[in-house]
Amino acid sequence: MKQAMGKVVLAVAALALMTVAQASAGTIKIGAILAETGPAGFLGKPEVKTLQMLTEQINAAGGIAGNKVEMIIKDSGGAKEKAVSFAKQLIEEEKVFAILGPTRSGSTMAIKNICEQAKTILISCASTKKIVDPVAKYVFKTPQNDSLAVRKIFEEMQKQKIDKIAVVVGGTGFGKMGKMFMNKLAPEYKITILANEVYSPKATDLSALVTKLMANKEIQAVVNWSIVPAQTILAKNMRQAGWDAKLFQSHGFGNIKYVEAGGKAMEGIIFPAGRLLIADTLPDNHPQKKVLTSYKKAYEEKYKEPVSTFGGHAYDAFMILKTAVEKAGGPDKEKVRAAIETLTFAGTGGVFKFSPEDHSGLSIDAFEMMTVKDGKFVKYQ
Amino acid sequence: MTIDLFFQYLLAGISYGIIYGIVAVGFNIIYNTTGIINFAQGEFVMLGGMIAVSLTAVLPLPLAVAGAVLITMVIGALMEIIFIRWLDNPSVLRMIIITIGLSILTREAALHIWGENIRSLPYFYGDELTTIEIGSVRVPPQILWVIGICSVMVAGLSLFFKITPLGREMRACAANRTAATLCGINARNMVTFSFMLSAGIGALAGCVMSPITYTQYDIGTGLAIKGFTVAILGGLGNSLAAVAAGLLLGVIEAFSITVVPLAFQDAIAITILLIILFLRPHGIFGSSEAAGLKEF
Repeated sequence: MKQAMGKVVLAVAALALMTVAQASAGTIKIGAILAETGPAGFLGKPEVKTLQMLTEQINAAGGIAGNKVEMIIKDSGGAKEKAVSFAKQLIEEEKVFAILGPTRSGSTMAIKNICEQAKTILISCASTKKIVDPVAKYVFKTPQNDSLAVRKIFEEMQKQKIDKIAVVVGGTGFGKMGKMFMNKLAPEYKITILANEVYSPKATDLSALVTKLMANKEIQAVVNWSIVPAQTILAKNMRQAGWDAKLFQSHGFGNIKYVEAGGKAMEGIIFPAGRLLIADTLPDNHPQKKVLTSYKKAYEEKYKEPVSTFGGHAYDAFMILKTAVEKAGGPDKEKVRAAIETLTFAGTGGVFKFSPEDHSGLSIDAFEMMTVKDGKFVKYQ
Repeated sequence: MTIDLFFQYLLAGISYGIIYGIVAVGFNIIYNTTGIINFAQGEFVMLGGMIAVSLTAVLPLPLAVAGAVLITMVIGALMEIIFIRWLDNPSVLRMIIITIGLSILTREAALHIWGENIRSLPYFYGDELTTIEIGSVRVPPQILWVIGICSVMVAGLSLFFKITPLGREMRACAANRTAATLCGINARNMVTFSFMLSAGIGALAGCVMSPITYTQYDIGTGLAIKGFTVAILGGLGNSLAAVAAGLLLGVIEAFSITVVPLAFQDAIAITILLIILFLRPHGIFGSSEAAGLKEF
């Protein structure tokens, strides 16, 4: 009798284990490394909220190709070192299928090789072109290239007959890349850069810099490349000094909170951005209209705050991954990676056309030129 | 360099410098009474700004500022009572580590309470765009508030230490603690009071500079480093010298960008500190005899 009982218990246990094993086979683990706190919090917070919102939506609709999504979000605080240790943790301990993020260019470059060597798909929410140049097989990105943002700004300057400018950047990975591209591409557009300055990302006052630049009366416009509060501080210092030269910013400006922080001094700033900020004014037959309006509506209803382009980058990253997994028929790393490379996808940042050589997928017409009018983002006419 | 430019740079330098000076004065007050270097000094500035912003939701601006200063003074006193008072003749190194720990604790608490957004008080007069023309120099009124309030604080503190009984008792503690106790001065309370005073002036400085520089949970560290540099520069323990040294450093930083790229601006402050520590460790205005008598 005891022997029989023992065998029954064993059989039941084996059955239970098999059912448990089957249940976990239907889950995809996705890791995300985002700068929810810290100096890039304006970018990271909307990204985290977007991913959480999407995970809920997708799981409620049945998951990705029948698999439930488990989203593991790590807060890098905007720090490269944390991004590196989280990347290793997600790959080696959690054994995630793919990593979304990081938020910042510096952090992405720090983990690019780690993900490539571990053959883990990385879809970054950071913008510098170096993430996809040289192309790494497993590394993609969703924001528009910073080199394209520079080109868009220079095109606009040519239209306005501005050819003598000052370049100021924050001392971060993003800022320095911007400076590099601006100096490299300026001769193509016959633009002369009269001043090149790097300020500390923690700078709380740039009035000495503004004084120095103002002294050079030939400077017609200033381009500022940073994400930190300095975007707001520079504009304030310029206007307080009575300098009305045009101020161009990078596409790191796309969060209305910067405008709110700076008040009237932010009027008239010109910057390139994806169409998310003007979704309502697009014609109905625009390929991005549906994606933009549905994301904007869902996000604003759920979180009661305006969308920002950064949340849009996270949306694109997750949806591109989802579409590729469905296209490949399941979570097979090699197949999904190849599927992304042949994907055309209408996202919030633009219409993506990936290829084996182009892991960014966006061209210069993903950008619209925007400006600030009466404290709101509007299209620049 | 025209006269206008010169005055613009000078003004920028004075506005940076006076903030450094106030933080340094905070260092000096606590150092004088206790021999401790309080590395949480920068956090008091941050707390002043943050608490004031939270209070403006329910109080008008002047009351919010006053309230923030009072609350920060209470926090300063609590810090001393809970963490420092019961230590029995601690070594300098131990105190430094403790205050660094307190600074980290305060910073993380601020992060949890207020998040990592930048905040600012409304401008005391006008808004982001108003400027006043003095001669041909354009000055945002807030800068005048900063310079004005900080100068009043420094003058007030000098008078306080020279004339009032409490101020004299604190100076007695600073000169010789044992003798002061023998005279019937409660040294322990003097220590608490010095923390309160430092916290108060730090908080007021934080409030008045917040519209210009914004307040964020982590501005404390940078300020503490610059303030400490300036305190050493002027001679540790000498408050007026600290303010002078602060102005000097601020002006040097502002004018430095005419000759060196802006990226080196922070490096200038540290280089000056290193040079001073090598050549004249007791500071520009300090005297080597007095420095020799102190243990730190």
